[in-house]
Amino acid sequence: MIAPAKPELVTVNIDGREVAVPKGTNVIEAARQAGVDVPHFCYHSKLSVVGNCRMCLVEMGLPTVDPATKAPVMDPATGKQKINWIPRPQIGCATNATPGLHIRTQTPQVKDCREGVMEFLLINHPLDCPICDQAGECKLQEQSTGYGRGYSRFIEQKNVKPKRTLLGPRVMLDDERCILCSRCIRFSNEIAKDDVLGFIDRGSYSTLACYPGKKLENNYSLNTVDICPVGALTSTDFRFKMRVWFLKQTNSLDTESSVGANTVVWSREGAIYRITPRQNDGVNDTWMADSGRELYKQVAAADRLAAAKVSGADSTLDAAITAAGDLFKSSAGAVAVVGSGRSSVEEQFLTRKLATVLQAPVSLVSRVGKGDGILVSADRNPNVRGALVTGLINALPAPKLTDLAVAIDAGKVRTVVAVGEDLAAAGLTAAQLAKIAIVYLGTHANTTSAAARIVLPSLTVFEKNGTLVNQQFRLQKFQQAVPAAIGTTDDLVILSRLVAAAGGPTLPVDLTALWKVLAAEVSALGPMSFASLPETGLLLDATPWAALPFIEGESLHYQPSSAKATEGRPA
Amino acid sequence: MAVITLQRKPLTFAERTYVPQILSGLRTTFKRLWRPAETLEYPEERPAIPPGYRGVPTLVRDPNGREKCVSCQLCEFVCPPKAIRITPGAVPEGSGREHVEKAPSAFDIDMLRCIYCGLCQEVCPEEAIFLQNQYSMSGYTREEMVNHKDRLYELGGTLPDAHHKWDKKQAAAEHGNAH
Repeated sequence: MIAPAKPELVTVNIDGREVAVPKGTNVIEAARQAGVDVPHFCYHSKLSVVGNCRMCLVEMGLPTVDPATKAPVMDPATGKQKINWIPRPQIGCATNATPGLHIRTQTPQVKDCREGVMEFLLINHPLDCPICDQAGECKLQEQSTGYGRGYSRFIEQKNVKPKRTLLGPRVMLDDERCILCSRCIRFSNEIAKDDVLGFIDRGSYSTLACYPGKKLENNYSLNTVDICPVGALTSTDFRFKMRVWFLKQTNSLDTESSVGANTVVWSREGAIYRITPRQNDGVNDTWMADSGRELYKQVAAADRLAAAKVSGADSTLDAAITAAGDLFKSSAGAVAVVGSGRSSVEEQFLTRKLATVLQAPVSLVSRVGKGDGILVSADRNPNVRGALVTGLINALPAPKLTDLAVAIDAGKVRTVVAVGEDLAAAGLTAAQLAKIAIVYLGTHANTTSAAARIVLPSLTVFEKNGTLVNQQFRLQKFQQAVPAAIGTTDDLVILSRLVAAAGGPTLPVDLTALWKVLAAEVSALGPMSFASLPETGLLLDATPWAALPFIEGESLHYQPSSAKATEGRPA
Repeated sequence: MAVITLQRKPLTFAERTYVPQILSGLRTTFKRLWRPAETLEYPEERPAIPPGYRGVPTLVRDPNGREKCVSCQLCEFVCPPKAIRITPGAVPEGSGREHVEKAPSAFDIDMLRCIYCGLCQEVCPEEAIFLQNQYSMSGYTREEMVNHKDRLYELGGTLPDAHHKWDKKQAAAEHGNAH
């Protein structure tokens, strides 16, 4: 493996402190590394630099050299090299660090500049904070508190612009609040590759608009809401639902595909209000797909399973597990397990244990969609690689359970344990479902849960802890955001009790203890523990599975097979 | 600890008859009998409430009958005993007040939790919540002690408005710098 080239460092001086930063770093990032905040609106670390908000103005200077001899000119007062300060302030976002660059961010001139920029921005900004969804996470609020003048001299009438323009199905625009930073335009152009936004008109008449006849309806439109520094772009789903300061943030993962975008789940008192992306430069930068933001609706869905059932009648979990144990005994040797690429690594490990105890063949169901090349991959199961790592399967799953169907028809399989998979959707006919006894672990009602002998309601990804392995073989963890719904039980508890009911060993159900067993039995997970897993995940060694024909195409930070070997695999 | 033994003084003859004490007590009684009463015949009579009194928190309407609360939830945030619970909602288009955009769809104040501190009134950016002169709250159940939105507006009534912020906003949208 080729080690990534070490970046060339340059030393800059920020407010009297020397800091070494990689060449090409701009002044805002260099200052951030030195612990100095340079306020900005239009600059975004993952987008191109336009420098149109002028908030990041700082003073800059370079050490003086004699023009003729190139010898340093010393300042007799300080004994150091004299600094040639540029008389006018410069923007930090569009200036890259050069050796010896001196930056001052706390001078009266810089303070004046910031106050001036804030005053101009606030001239036409409406006093909407009480009704504005951005309040509490608004850059304009933060910067005007930190760097503003504190009072208004504006006595004229504020501009009037359209307040409620629907740019697309999920994004609402309030033109009065827009400060024309152009982040949303750049995002649509550069990241989403759907260049529908632009400014029209001039001066104070400037307005954000969609290209005539088009809509901001790509699957990444809600990222514009995230990066909008003010409340101009709001999500129609989250609009007026809850103030952000009440919401608890929990780190989670996007389970819609094998990309495994890192997310933050915002909840209050057990109800989830929204999902936003969490920065992980190795996976999703600061973006996520709109489709992944709606997954929280499954938690409180009407078709959620809420009680364990035995033969269609509500029962206790204990009775259901006992019934499952009896079923396993009566159909010993004729049991099959259908695992899931949606289960966590830990659940897949326990599924494997269950299959071993029952001596049952294991199959998984693949879900294939169309990859968009950004953050939704073709493999719509978030954790197929987890099943490979834990040894649940050795080959990639097929979309239909043909082998199982043949075995059922031949009478070789009389009982099927389905972990979260709808067998009907996976190709089993109603006649085949009627021939077998099904033990179904799942979250929502479907054909399989209706046909199942034993139904064990389990948890959605938002109600439990665990880990997933994404398409890069990056092990990432998700955490419990809301309490489990009434009547449901943690998948790990159910699986562990099923293993015990089938005559197997008693396996731990808390993640700390379970990870000790996992680390001991699964070589790829070696010396890790759930607690020590970093929030940005950990890349596993993918070489044992390098030959498998994974279906994913290229995405934001993923190169399929051959290209991946030369990538150097950034940690 | 040392114990100090005190000698009780013997009562005089006059003290032993109790007559002077009874008479001096009766003197006070008769003196008060002819003066105007200082107590109130509550609940038939009610005290005058001084300005600035912090009674039951209420929601008020502006002189045009518009509900002033925009459900910014600052009162809910600042409320020390967490007595306030708001469910925000959007003002529907066509209601004539859609320029305000936001209004509470539910607003509950649990008067068993409220400590009458007045922070909600102080923090309100729309001057929509006031602790007025209502001070007597009673009920037979816990549920009765929760003031819902209708009850809060009934208690609050209409107060004069110095700003008419949203009316000005609407006027500006209709005649102002529009383009």
